[in-house]
Amino acid sequence: MSESGVRRMIAKLSRMLSEKQISCVELTKAYLDAIEKENNKLHAYITVTPETALNTARAVDARIAAGETLRPLEGIPMTLKDNLSTAGIETTCASKMLQGYRPIYDATVWKLLREQNAVLLGKTNMDEFAMGSSCETSYFGGSVNPHNTGHVAGGSSGGVASAVAGNLAAYGLGSDTGGSIRQPASFCGIVGLKPTYGAVSRYGLIAYASSLDQIGPITTCVEDAALVFDAIAQYDPMDSTSQGKQSSALPALQNDICGMKIGVPNEYFEGLSDEVTASMNEAMRAYESMGAQIVRFPLAPLKYALPVYYILACAEAASNLGRYDGIRYGYRAENYNTIHEMICKTRSEGFGKEVQRRILLGNYVLSSGYYEAYYRKAQNLRGAIVKGFDEAFASCDVVMAPTVPMTAFPCGRTHSDPTEDYLTDICTVPINIAGLPAVSVPCGFDGKGLPIGMQLIGPRFQEAQVLNAAYAFERETGEKSFQAVKMGVQI
Amino acid sequence: MKYELVAGLETHIELSTKTKIFCGCTTEFGSEPNTHCCPICTGMPGTLPKLNRAVVNFAIKAGLATHCEIAPVAKMDRKNYVYPDLPKAYQISEFDKPLCQNGYIELESGRRIRITRIHIEEDAGKLVHQRGDTYVDYNRGGVPLIEVVTEPDIRSIDEAREYVEKLQLIMKYIGVSDCKMQEGSLRCDVNVSVRPEGSEKLGTRAEIKNMNSFTFMTKAMQYEFDRQVDLVESGEQVVQETRRFDDATGTTEGMRSKEDAQDYRYFREPDLVSIVTTPEQVEELRGQLPELPDAKYARYVGEYGLPPADASLLVKYRRVAEFFDEAANGLQTPKTVANLILGQIFRRMPTDEEKEACNLLISAGMLRELALLLESGKMKMNLAKSTLDTMLDTGKPVGELVSEGDLAGVDEDALYKICAEMVAANPNAVADYRAGKEKAVKALIGGVMKATKGKADATQAEAILIELIHKA
Repeated sequence: MSESGVRRMIAKLSRMLSEKQISCVELTKAYLDAIEKENNKLHAYITVTPETALNTARAVDARIAAGETLRPLEGIPMTLKDNLSTAGIETTCASKMLQGYRPIYDATVWKLLREQNAVLLGKTNMDEFAMGSSCETSYFGGSVNPHNTGHVAGGSSGGVASAVAGNLAAYGLGSDTGGSIRQPASFCGIVGLKPTYGAVSRYGLIAYASSLDQIGPITTCVEDAALVFDAIAQYDPMDSTSQGKQSSALPALQNDICGMKIGVPNEYFEGLSDEVTASMNEAMRAYESMGAQIVRFPLAPLKYALPVYYILACAEAASNLGRYDGIRYGYRAENYNTIHEMICKTRSEGFGKEVQRRILLGNYVLSSGYYEAYYRKAQNLRGAIVKGFDEAFASCDVVMAPTVPMTAFPCGRTHSDPTEDYLTDICTVPINIAGLPAVSVPCGFDGKGLPIGMQLIGPRFQEAQVLNAAYAFERETGEKSFQAVKMGVQI
Repeated sequence: MKYELVAGLETHIELSTKTKIFCGCTTEFGSEPNTHCCPICTGMPGTLPKLNRAVVNFAIKAGLATHCEIAPVAKMDRKNYVYPDLPKAYQISEFDKPLCQNGYIELESGRRIRITRIHIEEDAGKLVHQRGDTYVDYNRGGVPLIEVVTEPDIRSIDEAREYVEKLQLIMKYIGVSDCKMQEGSLRCDVNVSVRPEGSEKLGTRAEIKNMNSFTFMTKAMQYEFDRQVDLVESGEQVVQETRRFDDATGTTEGMRSKEDAQDYRYFREPDLVSIVTTPEQVEELRGQLPELPDAKYARYVGEYGLPPADASLLVKYRRVAEFFDEAANGLQTPKTVANLILGQIFRRMPTDEEKEACNLLISAGMLRELALLLESGKMKMNLAKSTLDTMLDTGKPVGELVSEGDLAGVDEDALYKICAEMVAANPNAVADYRAGKEKAVKALIGGVMKATKGKADATQAEAILIELIHKA
């Protein structure tokens, strides 16, 4: 899919459609066939929606036949993480709690894409209620990594990443609360953008931690991330925290990055695997060769990010997940005598272990007597982290960091201490705490051929700048940083 | 030893905005269950609240009308608890930065009941028990409420009652709520404690939940006062707890003690941004407030010279007071209009609800026309009263009912003649009067009025009649 050194997928498919090299129905069927063939290997999809997909495809073909100009994402087969509300289409959050739940309304992002005739292939797998870094907390079994199916796809948007890297969708939307877009994108060797908090409407995203959650694209290349971001970053009156985008990302991609100051916080380069360190150093050299300037500085508050994240995220989650009581929708326990017992049993049976753990933790840090020691302190430290990044951006344009300290770990790896798993998120969570935009782009491979990813982080609402830096890197490094997997639909 | 009651009130008032606090559903009361709800007010996964600014404005008006300070920046918090009528398992409320603070309501005695705070929040749905099953109706879920919290400044059951009535009246005046206790749009929690008279120290309080009528509130407070006095007298401790009033037995019973109190795990609602109110917005809302009951009362007594009891009666019903103001506007004798309203008109609206609604066939302007005729002396009171009755029956203006001729009244010669006939025709009454029964003349006056179809001036007729009786 390389075209004069530039990687692109969506624009290429769009041109094939409008030039009638392939019909939208044929393209959609190719993806549906690939899903049929590969999904039992990857577990990327929880629900496949051939009818919805083909109906849209036929409408697109009719528009092409009528000589209409296609909109940027029109007719492109894609997927949504299964925590995005789709009217009439099962939305499970990969939980027993919501198995069989069919929402009665569309998430704003899906409404925006649907109006463009995006072809929805299905809903993809994730960690249960987006809580996890491996996709393995999914009630339906985790997604695996297309680069090596013995390794995890990452999480929580593991299904989207697995589907896109495995060519079972041209792109997808995930959600990122502490790294859930960037980490699986990094593990699967593709691109994942977490927009600025407030850039994309959260209406219809089933909440994990409301002050941290953002929806963003997972794509095979930076240009596609920009295209999708431009389409979904719109002010939405249904989300009070929504502001929309400050500028479109696509036109900024070609900007020359010569003279761009790339910040490298020391704290971000501690505790990395040797291969990740080597890959980061190479990336810095690549940037220098393009005329960018590397600026090193300390970012001390970073060391608080992980505990701050787990306190705030769990507190909000405990509250957000209180509504699953078996009364209105979703799972309900069978044998009970009182309403209290019904709710207790429903929640004990409907939620998996990790979800229960975070609910307990969240209620604990909010409870009277502990609030000041945990929640209040975490809020104050959140302020310090925000300030730390603000200061960093006074001396640089973007910050560069690894996305994950390691590459995708083997499936089934279990820890007796769950906080070891939480360490996976150490590089990604500060960005959610500060509400910043960050993109993960592939930057190499480890000795086993598993992808390594790097983050480019920008000031609030500077997605264009972040994607500009990512695009330059992608063009400069080419095959060294990215390799397509030989499965699924080969374009 | 004598004991003093100390009470503070928390009053929940449903606001009468057209739509709910976080979505576009109607707030209408009394519809089929679950017909006024949407994904947002039923807390469907992924939905987000969207604050209805009208709710904020209503609450600010409530604050201004009770002398509160308005917060330039307020925020909303989640109050977490599990109950089937609360679909998100948290109520969006305001915890530590309420919209309004530090106000008061002044009682007739001049004592001020301080208002600690007024905050906005959403109401829950309600459980419906039917044929042994329990159902949930979410129509009320998301209906906007204000909670008005006082300091423990109330010293008697009468003061509690007066405070609630006054609060109710103010809210009705400013149009933010209909405050119907029977429909649950006004509910009170009462905090009661006792202390020896003269003591400054507050006793331990018990909170009685959800009083939805004055009768219950009175009974519950009395019972609770007696219970606590008994405890103190017998050397026992009052336990800080929440109690429920049982209207069947007229007693209160413990629900949960302080130790078992729910931990609501309040934290800032991340789905909503801060509520910012500029001084200009506050002034604009202040400008929209009508004249409030206290000011009206003072004007009626001070400027119009109405007896305090009459002024209170007029002020008590917002629509009546407005009707009076319009009818009496610019008149020399507003008191006459007040009397007509309190007499003829109130007789037609015997219940509180009817006075509240003040549905009349005539407009205030029509009453004013009548009053002007009285004021100019063109019409006598008797004719005015009977004409007003006809106006109220037919909705016709005075001009259609009374001719110029009628207004001319009865000239003195003609009146003399009629009176003379009356004296001649009623020798018994005349004899009674002469025997000292002064009331006997009333029958004669009645006869004269009947004969003149009410056009005669009764005072004048009386004078003539007495003169004639003495002469005869």
